[in-house]
Order: sequence, then structure tokens, then C-alpha cells
Amino acid sequence: MHQVHVSTKINGDEIEYLCETDETLLDVLRDKLGLTGAKEGCGSGDCGACSVMLDGRLVCSCLVLGAEAQDREVETIEGMADGENLHPLQSKFLEHAALQCGICTPGVLIATKALLEKNPDPTETEVRYWLAGNLCRCTGYDKIIRAVMDTAADMRGA
Amino acid sequence: MRYEAPESVTAAVALLAGEAGTARVLAGGTDLLVQLRAGFVEPDLIVDLKRIEALHEIVEEDGGYRIGAVVSGAELEEHAGVSAMWPGVVEAVNLIGSTQVQGRATMVGNLCNASPAADAVPAMVAASATVRISGPNGRRRDADVGDIATGPGKTSLENGEIVESVFLPAKPKHSGDAYLRFIPRTEMDIAVVGAGVSLTLDDDGICTDARVTLGAVAVKVLLVEEAAAALIGTKVDAAALEKLAAAASAAAKPIDDKRGTKEFRKKISGVMARRAAQIALKRAGG
Repeated sequence: MHQVHVSTKINGDEIEYLCETDETLLDVLRDKLGLTGAKEGCGSGDCGACSVMLDGRLVCSCLVLGAEAQDREVETIEGMADGENLHPLQSKFLEHAALQCGICTPGVLIATKALLEKNPDPTETEVRYWLAGNLCRCTGYDKIIRAVMDTAADMRGA
Repeated sequence: MRYEAPESVTAAVALLAGEAGTARVLAGGTDLLVQLRAGFVEPDLIVDLKRIEALHEIVEEDGGYRIGAVVSGAELEEHAGVSAMWPGVVEAVNLIGSTQVQGRATMVGNLCNASPAADAVPAMVAASATVRISGPNGRRRDADVGDIATGPGKTSLENGEIVESVFLPAKPKHSGDAYLRFIPRTEMDIAVVGAGVSLTLDDDGICTDARVTLGAVAVKVLLVEEAAAALIGTKVDAAALEKLAAAASAAAKPIDDKRGTKEFRKKISGVMARRAAQIALKRAGG
């Protein structure tokens, strides 16, 4: 197989890895780098459990080749909390019990953080459409939406 | 499988033309990576276009816009100029997949993937968009968007050719465009029927030019001249819209599948075309 040497930045750290040309960024994160926060749900870009930021854009890491990350900046759920201090979204998700099994949660958090950075005052409809690509089979979404709306209100007040 | 990320169009074309086995072009990757994983394609070479700076640009040209092959849906949406001039095209591109998919998917990829249900394509054809193609030996040519896909998964591109940009022409005054699709839910689905309309009015509100397109109801996008003819010379009133809908339904040549029957798709072709025409009319100031 052809291997590619990649130098990239993940959660602010300079990282180097070797990957197969057909290996996805998701597989690199999970299997090579031990960053198992991003999950594989569908592997086809439908469920959003593997959501990460790539150069400031929300993407499914299952639809990115590991080789494509050369010289890019990747942000994953592992970089969301500041040490022991949870991001406001993470705290609100706990407070609202906006998760059950937790498989979708890292992807939902990454996606909602991206939304609130772009739009600090979204309507409920905007939140629901933004998260249309993050499937959750447990919560029925309402608690997630409430947690996001509540976080947005808090962060605007801060 | 080799992975190459050249920094110029010339180098990309040389890599593609020089590959003895199968080669695939990687733009946003939202179709290609799914196909790779499913084993639908097993290329010997992947050429990633995203290291070619020029293909990331949206530039004004002759009063219109030239959009690079790797501009994502999210980047297109954020471009105020394109969104103001061709809102129907931008909306069509933004209908493709989720927020995550929009962060990667491109118009040119949507075109070259050649799905009959591609959302961006009917809107681009309604907008009279053209593409610029680069091929081996420095050959460059322009083609109508409607001439690229020839059938499901098949294009008219020759060996070594890549589509480097889409050109959306200047929009005449009193013009509007729109794209609508039918899906059985509100988001994240593949078009059962798609309809694009672009029309131009004169100072008295009479339609002087129109293009009506349908997606997902034939092997490739349909440009329905009879539907456009139903609008031209009218104020796009109820009678004209009825004629347009009937012409669109008559032109549709759909298949039966799990997403819709032939009969349903033919009827909905007329409904979507009529509603898209009403939005385009409003945008044209009619």
C-alpha cells in the first residue's frame, strides 16, 4: 500500500502521522492518534457523529482523507474543554441531560459550537436545520435544542 | 491507490492523462469518499484539486461570476455577490446534504458526479451557466453545464480533462431565478423531482426570456423549451403558469423507484416548475 506522511495541527498541537492513502481522517484520529471522541456512525456523511472542524469548517471526518490534512488545522472534541473547565455547551448538555448513550454527543457539540461562533443568536429553527446532519437516536432532539438555546442565551449575556 | 495533490491545473491534468489505470478527481469528496468506501470505485490514482489556489476563487467576470471547482457550498453561500445575483443557484447548492457536507461539497463535484438527481445542475442550466475545462497539452474549452453529464455517473469529459470552474453569466435587469425540489422530508434527502427556472421581464412586466429545467426525472437534466415558451410573451399569469406546469409534466421521463412513481414524478414536475417560476417572477420584480 501507499503510505503518506502528514504534518498537521490538531487541537493546536503539531502532529505527524503516516497513513494509508485510502484511510479517512476519522480512522487516523481514532486508530492512529487515540482521539476517540469522534465516532463512526454511518461512514457515509449522513450521521455527523464524526464531525470535526477542518480549517474552521464543520466537516464529517469520515469524508476527509487522512492525507488531505497536510498543513491544515483540525479541531476535535478533545480540544473543546479548557483543561478541567468544560466549554459552556458541554456544561449545558449535562445540566439539560441532552444526551443518553452519548455516541452522537461529540459531533453535536462540535457542530453547535461552530453554529454559535457563526451565529450567537440562532432561532430554534436555525438550530434544528444546522443540526440536521447530526443524528441522535436517544433524545428525540428536544433536550439538545433546549441546551443549545440556553447556552446561546448565556453566552450572549456573558 | 496513489494520492496526489498538485498545485496547478496543468500538473493535475498531466497526472490524470498519464495514469494508465483508473483515476478519480477529488474536490469536496462527499461523493467520492462514499463511493470508495462502498467499493463502487477502486481507483489507482486520486488527484486532489484543493491545493490549487486558483480553484478556490470566486471572481467577477463580464458582469457575472466565475466560481472555482473547489469552492464549497458554505463558501458560496457566504459570497454576497453570487447570492444576490443568482439566489436560485446558491439555494440549490445549499440543499445538498447537511451543514457538514456543505463544508466540503462543491458545485463542480455535484456536476461531475453526474447523478440525475443532482440539485445544483438544474439551477445552473436554468442560469445558462458554462464550465471551463482544461485538458492535456494545454487545451482549454468551455461547455454548457447541461452537456457535461450524459447519464447516471457518466460525463462527456475526455481522458485527462478536468472542470476547473463554473461561469454564471451577468443577469439582465428584471431577472430572477429559483430552484425547488421535492423530497418527502424537510432536509437531508435526494431530490424526487427538482425544478429550476430563470426568467427575464421587460419594463412592462412581460416575460421576454425564460429557461425551465427539471432534475431527477430523466437520465440527465432536462431543459424544457415548451415550458419556457409558455411564459414568454405573458405576464407569467395563472394561465401561463398552468401551461408551463403541463409542459413540464409532459416533458418529464422519470423512472419508478422507492422514492417516487413515474406518475407522481410527472405530476410533481409541473407543480415544482410552477412554484419555482412564481419565486423567480417575484425575484425579477414582477
